[in-house]
Amino acid sequence: MMRFKGKVAHKFAESPLLQLRLPPWRSRLMGLLILGSFGVLIGRAFYLQVLNNDFLQEKGESRYRRDIEISASRGRIADRHGDVLAISTPMKSIWAVPPVARLTPEQTGQLASLLEMDVKQLSQKLSTDKPFVFLRRQIPPSVAEQVAALKLPGIGQDKEYRRFYPTGEMTAHMVGFTGVDDKGLEGVELAFHGQLLGQPGSRSVIRDRRGQIVEDVGSIKPPQDGKEVRLALDSKIQYLAYSHLKQAMSEHNAKAGGVVVLDVRTGEILALANLPTYNPNNREGLSGAQLRNRALTDTFEPGSTLKPFTIALGLESGKVRFDTIINCAPGRLTIGNATIADAHPHGALTVAEVIQKSSNVGAAKVAAMLPSQKMWEMFDDVGFGQVPRLGFPGEVTGRVRPWKSWRPIEQATMAYGHGISVSLIQLARAYSVFARDGDLVPLSLTRVDSSMPHGATVFSPQTARAVRVMLEMAVQPGGTAPKAQIPGYRVAGKTGTAHKLEGGRYANKYVSSFVGFAPVSDPRLIVAVMIDEPRGGKHYGGEVAAPVFAAVMASSLRTLGIAPDAPLVVAQTPKTTTPTVKARL
Amino acid sequence: MVRLNIFLLLALVICSLGVVTSQHKARKIFQALEAEQERARQLEVEFGQLQIELSTWGAAPRIEKIAREKLKMTTPQAGRAIASAPTGGNAQ
Repeated sequence: MMRFKGKVAHKFAESPLLQLRLPPWRSRLMGLLILGSFGVLIGRAFYLQVLNNDFLQEKGESRYRRDIEISASRGRIADRHGDVLAISTPMKSIWAVPPVARLTPEQTGQLASLLEMDVKQLSQKLSTDKPFVFLRRQIPPSVAEQVAALKLPGIGQDKEYRRFYPTGEMTAHMVGFTGVDDKGLEGVELAFHGQLLGQPGSRSVIRDRRGQIVEDVGSIKPPQDGKEVRLALDSKIQYLAYSHLKQAMSEHNAKAGGVVVLDVRTGEILALANLPTYNPNNREGLSGAQLRNRALTDTFEPGSTLKPFTIALGLESGKVRFDTIINCAPGRLTIGNATIADAHPHGALTVAEVIQKSSNVGAAKVAAMLPSQKMWEMFDDVGFGQVPRLGFPGEVTGRVRPWKSWRPIEQATMAYGHGISVSLIQLARAYSVFARDGDLVPLSLTRVDSSMPHGATVFSPQTARAVRVMLEMAVQPGGTAPKAQIPGYRVAGKTGTAHKLEGGRYANKYVSSFVGFAPVSDPRLIVAVMIDEPRGGKHYGGEVAAPVFAAVMASSLRTLGIAPDAPLVVAQTPKTTTPTVKARL
Repeated sequence: MVRLNIFLLLALVICSLGVVTSQHKARKIFQALEAEQERARQLEVEFGQLQIELSTWGAAPRIEKIAREKLKMTTPQAGRAIASAPTGGNAQ
């Protein structure tokens, strides 16, 4: 055994250190210090776990709790019968995180073929250094599942909604469309955006290892789907208006056109068609001309369709009567250094015949009897120069200059609808004062379920009725628009043929229009037709627009099942009954 | 004293097992509910798609095309139409 020299081995108990007499306060101090530290620890633990436990709670929950968003879909747009005009359906968008998405050429090829993309284009997108790129948006869910099955790194997908417009170009201007982020951009989609928009909800859940939701924790915020918008539109009438307008457009080789159908009783817009139009489901290469809802956003000089208002004011103020003779010979009238002329010179006409034959001179002479302030007020009352207040984006006021600046020649031309501009919808609405008993109906884009709305009274019922008779004369033989007649119904209306103003001069281009209503015994529908620049050789409203009016009105009346109010002379008394027919009877 | 403790321990174990089972059952039922809700959403989506299909098939232009081309239907000429009085009315 080895022994260390100079060092003395002790047992612990015999250690000389223990023999030292230390002052007793030292051990007590140590004891207190350790106790104090424990106290601090306990206090801290108490603070964290009882007093101020939010932070830790949240941290803890974040380890197992997931917040998920519950998407809400945009509301549908339906016509008055509930037929769908616009509806959202879920689609998927495929995105990539390029720094993570390192794909083999083979994988890129697979992905490209699934997404129907060019391989080169796809790899270009994947090689950018942006942190996030959309590869393709709005693809069908079935394709998205196939993409997910490839299990590619850095490629993900999101749910989003796509808007479909089953009626396509027919209702494009009315319904409008949304952008890719479900934001209303045009038409009703924009006007009713707030109502259509859904509010996404959210919920907190616990997921298990397989990603399945096992429990709800915390409160659930339910998603609120957008509300359905029920338009006043009748898709059948809309189709009729659209197809008849389209036919007339190609027949007359016109630049543009519009048709508006109003319900006289409720002021609902039953149809509103414009051409040229576009397909809202595929909006590539759209031009402004296609997008414009002309009936609401374009104004034109209405021409003779304004004469009934001048005459009505004349009747209302007692300056003329139904049968007052106005001398329209020799078919021209000089005011100052300007001359007003009739298309066909007339002699002496009654006031009713001024409307029937559409005499500019006659209308100008009646206007000359009226104070300009009165005339301006009447225009204002029937809604010219006023926003139609439909809430439709881009609706215009038209232009009626203040009466104080009117010169006599201007008042004369305004009497027959020149020097004033209106939109087709304003014109259609203004005719409700004649179709109803003198009051102007408020328009509505949406279905009106309440009882008959009443508008501001503009003319007395007597005046409205007198003008109705004149307007009925205009479509009868001897009037300007016999082509507006409909077998079985009594029709009233007025043609308009206006020169277009180009660069301050009246060019040899025309706007042909026709506004009318039927059945005259109890008017139900107003149809306004406008054809811009007919270039097929005909340009008179009675030749171009009146047949469209007749076709739209006849088929709409039939669709709505409105009883005929005129005897069908031809059909009810056949000239010759053949023996076979007799035998069958 | 020992017997009481053993009894309490036993009760505790039984209760704990009960908690575990009921939790498991709750999750099972919850998952079934989730699945059904998912199905409801799917059906709603399908309903929407069918509505699109319906209005595509039932679109007025298509009906007119079939009526005119396949069924050879035409709009009656004015001379061939007979106006009848509304039901219950007296024809003149």
